[in-house]
Order: sequence, then structure tokens, then C-alpha cells
Amino acid sequence: MQDNIIEIKNLCKSFQHHPVLSDINLTVKRSEFLTLLGPSGCGKTTLLRLLSGFETPDSGEIYIAGQNMANVVANQRHVNTVFQSYALFPHMTVFENVAFGLRCQKIPREQINERVMQSLEKVHLKNFAKRKPSQLSGGQQQRVAIARAVVNEPYVLLLDEPMSALDYRLRKKMQIELKALQRELGITFILVTHDQEEALSMADRVAVMEHGVITQLGTPREVYEEPANISVANFIGEANFLETQILEATPDKLKVAIEGKVIELPNPRNINKQQEVVTLVRPEDLKVWGLTEVDATDKMYFAEVQEVIYKGSTVGLIVKLDSGTELLASEFFDEDDAVLEYKIGEQVWVEWYPGWEVVLVNQELEDEEDDEE
Amino acid sequence: MKNKDRVFKTSAISIVYLWLFLFALCPLLCILIFSFLQHDADHFYLWKFTLDNYRTLFTLPYLKVFWRSLQLSFWVTIICLILGYPFAYFLTKLSDRIKPLMALFVVIPFWTSSLLRSFAIITVIQANGILNTILLHLHIIHVPLQLLYTNIAVLIGLVYNLLPFVILPLFANMEKLDVRLLEAAQDLGANKVVIFFRIILPLTRSGIFSAVLLTFLPAMTLFYIPDLLGGAKSLLLGNLIQIQFLTARNWPMGSAVGLSLTVLMSLLLWYYFRSTPKNQREAL
Repeated sequence: MQDNIIEIKNLCKSFQHHPVLSDINLTVKRSEFLTLLGPSGCGKTTLLRLLSGFETPDSGEIYIAGQNMANVVANQRHVNTVFQSYALFPHMTVFENVAFGLRCQKIPREQINERVMQSLEKVHLKNFAKRKPSQLSGGQQQRVAIARAVVNEPYVLLLDEPMSALDYRLRKKMQIELKALQRELGITFILVTHDQEEALSMADRVAVMEHGVITQLGTPREVYEEPANISVANFIGEANFLETQILEATPDKLKVAIEGKVIELPNPRNINKQQEVVTLVRPEDLKVWGLTEVDATDKMYFAEVQEVIYKGSTVGLIVKLDSGTELLASEFFDEDDAVLEYKIGEQVWVEWYPGWEVVLVNQELEDEEDDEE
Repeated sequence: MKNKDRVFKTSAISIVYLWLFLFALCPLLCILIFSFLQHDADHFYLWKFTLDNYRTLFTLPYLKVFWRSLQLSFWVTIICLILGYPFAYFLTKLSDRIKPLMALFVVIPFWTSSLLRSFAIITVIQANGILNTILLHLHIIHVPLQLLYTNIAVLIGLVYNLLPFVILPLFANMEKLDVRLLEAAQDLGANKVVIFFRIILPLTRSGIFSAVLLTFLPAMTLFYIPDLLGGAKSLLLGNLIQIQFLTARNWPMGSAVGLSLTVLMSLLLWYYFRSTPKNQREAL
């Protein structure tokens, strides 16, 4: 048994001379939950279709369980897909839908009955076996789609935005159930999504994709807290980018000027003095103080509250620095701040916990702005 | 305003009902009544109730015509389906640019009278016709095929005339077939044969049924095709009705034969509605 169930080497794919995937290298471990996260058109669904065999690569190789998939057609791969639209067979009952894959494998009837009922039980649909898909709700249909795929005990289960058609509450519930099911079955799951919250909350590892390349591969914590570049930081979660000038750079420390203040930051990414950088500060890492709450304000920024957004568990603020830069801040209710009351126009001090910022090379921000124009 | 609205609605619906009453229900009722009346050589019918027409229907000569018509219709329908089904399927696979053009080619023959087209078939299949000339030139045959005035000729004529009625409903039905279902089946390990018999065929069932309804019954009633191509040797139901009404002037008997066709049609429809769940029914 090898540890890697999927190995993708130098995979390229283009449609009508338009590159969709360029030089993808990726290994997926056995029993891992991987999500492919990216905006629409980033190539994540194409990557999934290459794995399931519905598309053939222009170049590069895919190995599933050590076997090269170059000449293996879709119906012979030990891979199953949960489609975005579920694609349940409307003329078959729930039972027949789930049994379809097993019948194709010519498995004896008694075994089929047993395995179908087992997998229906796993998705809590045992009593719905005789219904037609049209008699089920969206959430139930999705469970059937999942049962229909996992009953075949594939090496890898591919999920193409399976939750996008469900409402928020049901989606949350299904995310937890799906994660539990994956743990129980021990099957490798690869889930495609453009919902960063879904990607972070479910995955063991997240592959962030953009313009047909994987821009970062890491645990949810890594991609959120240590984004590889500005576009990853921008796509995952909300972010404040502060213009930053490097005054001095050593392997350990950076001396920088941010919004008119000179501060010292750690330099874990070995940035040198010639590089253009920005500093990323997440809204929840920003701390907002009332004028009378603090004394030592020499490392804080003076700002004015522009907007207050009450979100239930948090309060979102938009504050404007003297320079005109607007920042997002997210304040939590806790024992220090049982009541978070800000008025629009109120003057405040803003700071962040030192070391929680991330200094990023500026290359991508320029690209990004070009794209948006 | 409201009142005006209601007047409009009522009159609009009334027109539809009036139309159906005058041109569908009334003729049908007339046929029904005629079929229970006595034949009279001087008048078209005699105003006296009888079951004789139906009794005649169940005599051997009539049953033979019924049986022959059913047989012929059956084969016409089967051949039309074998030819039309793959054709309709490939039509749906064409790019969106040429698809309407190809569908148009299917419809174009309708713009010419079907009678005229049947005459055209004679020139193709007659002893010194186009088909024989080509086959002789290619040395595939050495003696001209005697097709005209045979059952084969009638079969060819009916298939040719009815093929569009198979292709079009099937095409409309297949256009709605979700390709993602085919992918899902493939993903679950189904090969092409399994996909066809377990997914495509059941999901195009209603299209097949529409096609059958549109070929099976007309095949029995297109009386001029057996007349022209079969040389009036093979009498079919359509010819029987025509002869009863126009030649023998026996309206009651013609009505009885005609009504029996209507009953057959109703049985087919009843079977379709009984065996198809509501949401999969096709508007016919």
C-alpha cells in the first residue's frame, strides 16, 4: 500500500487553444480530504473531470493507486463522482439508483441488496428506497447521489460543488455529515468548491487554484494564516492590505514604514530590501479602542469609524485612517467588551497584535488590478 | 373592467369548445350513429338500428384485412424506428449551427404533396427505374428487381412517408435528455450497451410512443400508397374505408370500420397513460 492514492504529474489541458490547466503537480494521500478551491473558471472542475476520465489531458500523467490512467476510460476507473446537479436517474427508484454501479460490476443480487441498504442507512435514507428521485427534497437527493457513489467503495470520491444548490442551513448540516462520513469510510475525498468557508471547514488540505495553476497547497490553517501570495490572501477570507516601505531588512527583522509609522516586524519569509511588499492584516486581528480606553498610543493608528455592521456574534467596522486608507475590522464580544458600541464618525485608535500580520511580495496585487481593469 | 375581462375569457374558451364540438365531436358522433344504421343501395343509409355492420366486421374477409393491415403497420413502425431512432440521436449530437438545418431537411419533403412523392417512388423502383439502373451498372444484380406492385413497394412507400413522424418526436424527446445522466452512468461503470438499454432507451420511451402513435395508425389508412405502389392488390384498412364510402356507397359499413380504428387508437393511448407516470408523459 502506498501512501499516495493520486499522483498528478505535469498535467496540462487546454480547450480551443485556451489553456485551462498548466503544469499541475499534485499528490493526494490515502484517506485524505482535499478541497480544490478557486473562483469559477480557475480550472478546478476540469481537474476533477480529468481525474474521473471525462476529459483527456493534453500532456502529463495521472496515477490512481499507482496505475497510469492514460488508457483507462471513465467507466473503468475506481473513482466515483457526486455531480453538482446530482444527476440521479429519474426513471429509477432510489434503490435502483444506488444499485446501478454494483449491477454494472455484476455483483450477486443478495450482496447488492445488502450493500445498497447499508449505504442508504449511512445517509439516513433507508426508508426512502422505493421512492423516485422526484419525490425527494434537494437535500435527500444529494444524499442519494452520495450513497450511489460510495456504495461502489471507490479509491477516490470526487465531489463537484455538491452543496451549491442547498440553502445555507442545510449546507452547514451536510458539510458536517459529509466530513463524518469521510472519516467513517476512510475514502479519499476530493471536493471542488468556490466557497472558502466550506473549503476551510471540511478539508485536511486545501489546494487554492487560480488561472489554471495551484497557487497554494496546505492545511486550512496554513492557507488562511500564511497565504503564499496576495491573491490567495484576497480570495480566502477578508483582508486589509497596507502599503509598506522597507527601510531595513535583515534575515530576522524588517524595519518598515506603514501609514507613516516606523515599526519592526519579524521576517520569516526572508524578504530583502529591494522587494515591493504589502502587509496583510485580517479584520479579526485588528483591535479598535475608544479614545479614552488606552494611554500608550504611539504604536497605534488614529482613525474614524465610517460604518458599523452588526453581524450577531461580531461587529464589523470600516475605519478610515488619516491617510484615507479604509480598513475592515471585526470585533468580538468577550468579557472585556460585553457591549460593542461604536458610532459613525467616532474617533478611535487602531492596532493589531504584533506578529499576526503577513508581509507579502507585491507582484500579484499589480496583476490583480490589471485583471480587474 | 372585470366584467369585460370575463366576457373575453368566456368567449375565447367558447370558441375553442365550439370548434371542438363542430369539427371533432359532431363528426365522431355521426360516424358512431351511422355505424349502427342499415345500408341502403339507393340512399346512403336507412334510418334503422342494426348491429349487422359490426357482425360483418368480425367475418373472415374483414378480419383478414385487419390482420394484414396490423402486420404491415407493425413492420412499417419497426423499420421506421430502426431507421429514425439512430438518426434522431445523431441529429441531437450535431453542433447548434447545423442542427436546425438538418432538422429542416427532415421537414422539407412535407412541402410537397405526399401523393406526388409516392408517384416519384414509382420512378425510383420500377423495373427500368433509377434503383435498378444503378444496381445493374454496379453489377450487384443481373436481372432488374421486381419491386413495384409488391408488398415491399408498399412498405417502402409507407416508411418513406412516415419516417419524419418518427424522427421529429424522437428528436424533440432526445433533445431533453440530460447528458449528465449519461456521464453519471459512465462514472458508475456502465459501458455503452448498458447506458443505451438502461438509461437512454427508458428515458426516450415517451418519444418512442409518440412516434409509434404517429406511424402505426396512419400506416393503415394511407390508402393511396397501397393503391399506387401495391397496384391495388393489397387491400388495407384505409382502402376498405375508402371503398365503402366512395365506391360501395355503404356509409354504415365504412363508419364501423373507421370507428374500429378510433377504438384501436384509444386503446393505445389508454395503455400509454396507464403505464407512464404523470411527470414523464409527453404532450401528444
